[in-house]
Amino acid sequence: MNAHPAVHNGVGAVNPAAETRLGCRIQKRFAGQQNFAVDVAFEAAAGFTILFGASGAGKTTLLDCVAGLTRPDDGRIAIGDRAVFDSSSGVNLPVADRHVGYAFQNLALFPHMTAEQNVSYGLNHLRSDARRQRTTAMLQAFRIAHLSGRNVRDISGGERQRVALARTLVTDPQLLLLDEPLAALDSPTKSHIIDDLQQWNRTQGIPILYVTHSRDEVFALGESVIVLEAGRILRQGTPHEVMTAPLQETVAQLAGFENIFDAVVEAVSPDRGTMTCRLSGAGGSISIETPLVRGGVGTAFRVGIRAGDILLATALPRALSARNIIPGRIVSLDQRDVMISARVQCAVEMEVHLTLAARDSLQLEVGREVWLVIKTHSCHLMQRAT
Amino acid sequence: MAIDWQTFWLTLQLAFAVSVLLLLLGLPIAYWIAFSSWRWKFLVQAIVALPLVLPPTVLGFYVLVALGPRSPLGRWSISLTGHTLAFTFSGLVIGSVIYSLPFAVQPFAASFASVDRKLIAASATLGASSVRTFFRVIAPLSVPGLVTGAALSFAHTMGEFGVVLMVGGNIPGVTRTVSIDIYDRVQAADYAGANQTALALLILCFVLLMIVYGFHRKASVLNSVQ
Repeated sequence: MNAHPAVHNGVGAVNPAAETRLGCRIQKRFAGQQNFAVDVAFEAAAGFTILFGASGAGKTTLLDCVAGLTRPDDGRIAIGDRAVFDSSSGVNLPVADRHVGYAFQNLALFPHMTAEQNVSYGLNHLRSDARRQRTTAMLQAFRIAHLSGRNVRDISGGERQRVALARTLVTDPQLLLLDEPLAALDSPTKSHIIDDLQQWNRTQGIPILYVTHSRDEVFALGESVIVLEAGRILRQGTPHEVMTAPLQETVAQLAGFENIFDAVVEAVSPDRGTMTCRLSGAGGSISIETPLVRGGVGTAFRVGIRAGDILLATALPRALSARNIIPGRIVSLDQRDVMISARVQCAVEMEVHLTLAARDSLQLEVGREVWLVIKTHSCHLMQRAT
Repeated sequence: MAIDWQTFWLTLQLAFAVSVLLLLLGLPIAYWIAFSSWRWKFLVQAIVALPLVLPPTVLGFYVLVALGPRSPLGRWSISLTGHTLAFTFSGLVIGSVIYSLPFAVQPFAASFASVDRKLIAASATLGASSVRTFFRVIAPLSVPGLVTGAALSFAHTMGEFGVVLMVGGNIPGVTRTVSIDIYDRVQAADYAGANQTALALLILCFVLLMIVYGFHRKASVLNSVQ
């Protein structure tokens, strides 16, 4: 399949396939925000670099600085050997001169234009026949040629996403910034668009900064991942290196784990991708199976388990895929809005969330003997806060 | 005495000239107000809004002084044309432009400011200059505000009285506008003529505003589709 005909051999192509790197060192504070500042330094090679982090971690600020929409207080941003910002020599290229493609989270398609007019918008420097030719080729490459005359208000979400990408890529940017451009799409549509994007970048060889907070996308796309938290780089590496490392406890607490325990690794099974950890709480300790992370026997972690991820059974469950089946006793049942929060004593005390219907059909009450069922991957390992 | 159509024609000419000038003059001022981050911007905003609260006689008085033979503008006008701009149609246009400035600038600025900043950013990342961004993105998306501003300054000029009286006086065919004509007739106890003229002005202004709000309804229906 060659869905990408001579788009990039077109007139006015700025960038042959020579590989460019992005070098980026930025410090940016915001007036009135004492405890938030972006302070990062990294390099990105051609291909996808994923920026991963919770919302408010500074991902969009970082992209805005690179694009020139926000001025960093200090630092240097270079695309290849071209400095687009350098506080020490006073360089600060205007947005329009940076040749940085930016696909926004809300797409920012021009609502008063057709798909074709949106895509050709960035080709104003070309003669009209060359402009038309490149626009048509790009619309074809992104499989939206049939929509060219339609107003962007009247096409589907996936189609708009394609128009937004085509509009950005048609200008032959030397760097591409994608701020969760696919967040609103279902997975098949998303993976088709990502395929087209990867196909396109095979001929372009430019760095692509891709913002997401989806773990799946990190593994699907990433050659390189940068984990951001509170404006700083927490970790950088391949998806496997970064994502199997234990999270910082602060991140996990923000993510809302109702159950957090001290744990020590008892045994490691690299072949199965799991390990056994001993959890200790107020009333004793239990062993559970957790996913494998770096750190050998004896390493101390914290384990986070969401109350909603725990199943509760009134008889010993059999023939289950879940590896952790823990006997215990209900010590309290509290109704919170339309949900029941149960506390179960099983050497350690765990909080479990249930529906009202589940409480009634299982006839749960304080003192009842129950079994907790926890999947291995519902146990999240975190580094202990220092 | 029937309606004096000459005053209507003069008033329409004045209102048209003022609207066109305010489009030319108001757009850059409104653009600056909408997008500047200068810390003293509020001073300029206050100056632009001043004609909203100032008695027209006060404004008219200062314009008259500014156009008079002792001001630089007056002297420049005398050296050029042999007379000052006071009590001329041009003087009337100048006074009216200042008087209607907020009626044009405020709707313009409000509609510019309501354009999604991401669209402006997207235009810049696609290599467009700020001039191109203005004409291709900001202005087309601000059409309802531009129409409102132009129509309001037109209607406001149609009905203006104090500034015209101060700056233009009451010279038939040169500076006598409809509202002055009505005042004149009332002074002369010609209530029938005043009534007819007033009614005609009322209908004209009503039709104008109806067109503007009708246009707004259409535009907002279009926008809600989005």
